[in-house]
Amino acid sequence: MTGAPHPIASPLLEARALERRFGSRWALRGVSLSVSPLQCHLVVGPNGAGKTTLLRLLAGLARPSAGSVQLLGAPLSADAASRRSVGLLSHQSHLYDDLTAFENVEFAARLYGLPEPAKAARVRLETLGLAEVADQPLRRLSRGMVQRVAVARAFLHDPKVLLVDEPFTGLDPESARRVSILLDAEMMGGCGVVLVSHDVHEAWSVVTHVHVLVGGALVSSRKRGPVETAEAFLQEYRSLLRG
Amino acid sequence: MADLFRAALAIAIKDIRVEGRSRTALISAVTFAALVLVIFNFARDPGALPKSALAPSVLWITFTFAAVIALNRSFALEKENAALDGLLLAPVSRSAVFLGKYLANLAFVFVVLAVTLPLFVLFFDVGFEGGLPGILAAAVLATLGFVAVGTVFAAITVRTRFADLMLPLLLFPFLMPPVTWAVQITTRLLSGRPVGEILGWLRLLALYDVVFVTLSLLLFPLLMDE
Repeated sequence: MTGAPHPIASPLLEARALERRFGSRWALRGVSLSVSPLQCHLVVGPNGAGKTTLLRLLAGLARPSAGSVQLLGAPLSADAASRRSVGLLSHQSHLYDDLTAFENVEFAARLYGLPEPAKAARVRLETLGLAEVADQPLRRLSRGMVQRVAVARAFLHDPKVLLVDEPFTGLDPESARRVSILLDAEMMGGCGVVLVSHDVHEAWSVVTHVHVLVGGALVSSRKRGPVETAEAFLQEYRSLLRG
Repeated sequence: MADLFRAALAIAIKDIRVEGRSRTALISAVTFAALVLVIFNFARDPGALPKSALAPSVLWITFTFAAVIALNRSFALEKENAALDGLLLAPVSRSAVFLGKYLANLAFVFVVLAVTLPLFVLFFDVGFEGGLPGILAAAVLATLGFVAVGTVFAAITVRTRFADLMLPLLLFPFLMPPVTWAVQITTRLLSGRPVGEILGWLRLLALYDVVFVTLSLLLFPLLMDE
């Protein structure tokens, strides 16, 4: 998955002129984004640029002050069922420390109405190499294992759109590589991904589009070049920041 | 509708399981209730005030304050690891989230009641003399209403910096009617008055429940949107 040409498909997720204000402060201004199957959109920007706010709006966790988000052609949050098509993997795990890895994933399976939630949870944990620690409380697991349980939870319901926020933070190289492989596998299965990460090198193998967000606005938004390297993109990014 | 109850039940079971592991809220609430009862028992001038005059108020103040400790925990546990976002992302209605939290909170508060009531009998040496069913009815009706209000306020205050302080400040004004009515019921039953005298208070408690459970169900989804 390295910038090869992709078939044109109708967008899974389309954000149009998204704006979000917190009081008098603009967190996002006029952000538009269109994500189709097999695409991974990398969003980079300095701290406070609005990256996490963007993901929250795309996930339906927050409402835009203006603009709209269309998911599979329908407005997001029109009904609870529309959220079934979205998976959010955040640097926050969305897990309960007092439950076991299995209980956490099984709970998510029940919320998503999967048939045989216990079986679905076991299978997903096994796929991620967590079968042996499935019945351990989450608080006893390493940061890398917790992140894998979070992946199991976020991707359990086979979402069409994955929103991923700093997935490599605090992970050792091996765990970070596993997360990259998982993202790649989900994309190859037909997903569209929006990835927010400071770790451009780690993410680069799956990226198809790049966006630079500064002060709540997209200052650059384009396809990744077929032979473009992460370092070349970072140089462009730094020059954009310098202004 | 079946989906709503399925999701609500899953959330309630999860909350009870988490509390079963940590026991943070229950141990705090039960310890608090026992300490308050002990303090009221020994810090009273026996010559100035008979136990029977003080007992109904002590029971209800102890019970409701202890319940607030349990309510505080219900959304605090969703704050860890931003678990609340995980709940809100799921394809379940916000009403299901409210119902799940409400059911779990009811279970916790009834456990607090189950511990408080025997301690109250022990410390205050009261004889229910046939009044126990009436007191339990008052407890159940009062709990159904104030736990609904408490669940909504716990969801609001968890996003504030001083959640532990804010919840009692917001909730206590709404606790005054059911607690006052429950005290009236308990006073009459402990002094051997006929059950007919408390029916009016029980109806008021039931009305409070209908109004506030309905309002909570309607308002909660609006409060969850950023």
